[in-house]
Amino acid sequence: MDALIAVRARGVTKCFGDVVALDGIDLDVAPGRIHGLAGPNGAGKTTLLGILLGLAVADGGSIEVLGAPAGRALAAPDGVAGFVDGPGLYPSLTARQNLAALAALRGGDARTAGIDDVLGQVGLADVADDRARGFSLGMRQRLGLAAALLTKPRLLVLDEPANGLDPAGTRHVHGVLTRLAADGTAIVLSSHRMDDLDALCSEVTILATGRVVFSGPLEKLAAENRELDYRLLTSDPLAARRLAGDTDGVRVAGAANGAGTRHGEEALVVRALVPALDELVVRLVRAGIALRELAPVVSPLEAAFLALTEQQEDLR
Amino acid sequence: MTAPTTASGPASTATPPSAPEHAAAPGDRVTRPVPVARAYRFELVKLVSQWRIRLLVLACWIAPAGFVAAVSRQSTLPVDTLFGRWMHATGWAGPLVVLGFAGTWALPLLTSVVAGDVFACEDRLGTWRHLLVAVRSPRRIFAAKALAGLTVILLLVAGLACSSAAGGLVSVGDQSLVGLDGHLLAPGEAAVHVLLAWVCVLAPTLALAAVGLLGSVVLWRSPMGLLLPALVALAMQLAQMLPLPVAVRLALPGYAFIAWNGLFTRPAQLGPLLIGVAVSLVWAVAATALALLLFLRRDFTNPADDGSGRRAVTAGLLPLAGLVAVTVAVLAAATPATVTGSGIRQAGVERSLATAFAHLYRMQTRQLNRPAVTEAQLRATAACTKGDVGDGAQGAGNDWHCVVTWHLPGVEATGTAVYQLDVTSDGRFVADGDGPKEVNGYFLVRTPDGDAPNPLWQFDGNVELLDHPMKG
Repeated sequence: MDALIAVRARGVTKCFGDVVALDGIDLDVAPGRIHGLAGPNGAGKTTLLGILLGLAVADGGSIEVLGAPAGRALAAPDGVAGFVDGPGLYPSLTARQNLAALAALRGGDARTAGIDDVLGQVGLADVADDRARGFSLGMRQRLGLAAALLTKPRLLVLDEPANGLDPAGTRHVHGVLTRLAADGTAIVLSSHRMDDLDALCSEVTILATGRVVFSGPLEKLAAENRELDYRLLTSDPLAARRLAGDTDGVRVAGAANGAGTRHGEEALVVRALVPALDELVVRLVRAGIALRELAPVVSPLEAAFLALTEQQEDLR
Repeated sequence: MTAPTTASGPASTATPPSAPEHAAAPGDRVTRPVPVARAYRFELVKLVSQWRIRLLVLACWIAPAGFVAAVSRQSTLPVDTLFGRWMHATGWAGPLVVLGFAGTWALPLLTSVVAGDVFACEDRLGTWRHLLVAVRSPRRIFAAKALAGLTVILLLVAGLACSSAAGGLVSVGDQSLVGLDGHLLAPGEAAVHVLLAWVCVLAPTLALAAVGLLGSVVLWRSPMGLLLPALVALAMQLAQMLPLPVAVRLALPGYAFIAWNGLFTRPAQLGPLLIGVAVSLVWAVAATALALLLFLRRDFTNPADDGSGRRAVTAGLLPLAGLVAVTVAVLAAATPATVTGSGIRQAGVERSLATAFAHLYRMQTRQLNRPAVTEAQLRATAACTKGDVGDGAQGAGNDWHCVVTWHLPGVEATGTAVYQLDVTSDGRFVADGDGPKEVNGYFLVRTPDGDAPNPLWQFDGNVELLDHPMKG
């Protein structure tokens, strides 16, 4: 057993009847790190998070959580908190009452459990005495996070915590998670949004059809050398298109899904590896064409994610 | 730091040197479930925070008092309800009228609303996983939910009993109660019997609550889970109205909702009551155990695992149907001579009618200020026929015709009075006087203090369904 590891999973399998939800999953998460789980619907993310939270028992493999064996009984190990499939809240109770009931469940005194503190951390202090019935999805997510924070977890497991969050809510949640990680809490969170994972996570595991198709630092995922679509906004779109067509390794793509227009100006969408794209930029500048904007249509992380998961789907 | 890999290779373990090392040390206790007492309090908080539960509690603690007080002031009483005809005479009749109504409608509906929803509400709100993570023990969650549901149901039943008794005592007073065999229960004795009757119906209420738990676990968020106790109670009531053998009647948990009637005879008809209570408690335990087993087997992460009709039948309905069959067999084997028929036999009807008549005759004698007479001196007997059947008449029906005869000390001639009886299949009967006018032909008698209700004009009685009852 390694005391430095918050989660260590080896060869974890889980089946629901004939459906293989997890097929030999390995996962390592260190304390103080935010680990992202990504994958298309049905990839097994929620099942894996459920096992970490003690909601399901693995059919095979081994799991250690916070240094102790786990995954063999329906109960969350001490020090683990979080939620899957959205936070569980009772609509007839206020935000404060929801947290106070949870604090009492843990044997704490509602007055000293830090309820106001965690409500403030997630930006819900102003609605502390409103019934949860009227809360938006984003507010429910934040209250769910507050409930998890009450227990001062050493491993926080969150399923799609950014769902329904507005920019202010996202900022609150990101701030809370970053502070928690800085204090040494290991965080495992799933998301469909690679930009969320990019903003928060140091490492990511991508699942597809119950298998790990990538696990490692995000920089490594982003650095995978693959062709991407880029959108170029120039001072002379026609000339830019002609130059792109003449550049080796650059293909002019169609202007699909609105990617070819921006603020009423016509943009050029090209597909290329980074070196070929660099060459195109040099040529544009030499030709006296101003380059006003250059951005990937899909972020490198997203592209890597799509490439990995679609590849896995094709193998099925 | 291990190298990142793709396609299910070893995952990375990127641990910065500065990362705090506060993962649990080996040997730490892995899981500490929340104590049941705390989980119970949590469940109670959730239940009591619901408006419908608050309204139910208020209604149960207020409405019966208002109902009893209002009915007791009416000139027309609910004579078709047991003890309804005595609501002007004593405050203790009110809680028994409410008890009769509660056994039919209120208690099944209350258990539906509370027990039928106690698990299903978590499915509806999507809070199961949250609860499991918080409490860390499905078994303790089950115990806490069952206890919290039970607490609320007991609170509601206590409200119905206390409120109706208070309404009766305040509006009518603490007088003697006429029992189902006509004997008088002194106020203190009546209070004890009323309390006992309410305690007895706790057993079938628990059985329905357990059925509600089972329905709530098996059928999840389906409305059928919520309605199950009410539907089961309705089915039991319909069964009690059918001419079923006594063994089947006693094997159904709903029988205890009627069997408390036996407390109001002297001697008390304890046999059917004890059997009914025992059957109800067995149902409560069996349905709760089934619900627990099914709950512990539930997979809360399987998206395809939801309540299905087939599971409801195989896991919920079949075991309880089997329980009924076993209970019928046990009762039939234990009392083979008495339980195969309807239990309503000529001798039993005659005995019950004569006993009730003798007690009520004494009451009428007191009302009319005549010389006191005892039941032993009256030596009242009844001769009954049912339709065209003279000897060996049996079964429920409104075609029972009886002639009661009695003797008065020092008078050679015997008195006779005619009664038409409507006997229901649960053994309860209403005897309707058919003359002579001076005895039972008119609903009022002229007493020295003015006109008063004639106790012999129409009265309720109860035929014990077991031939050799356990006497209390």
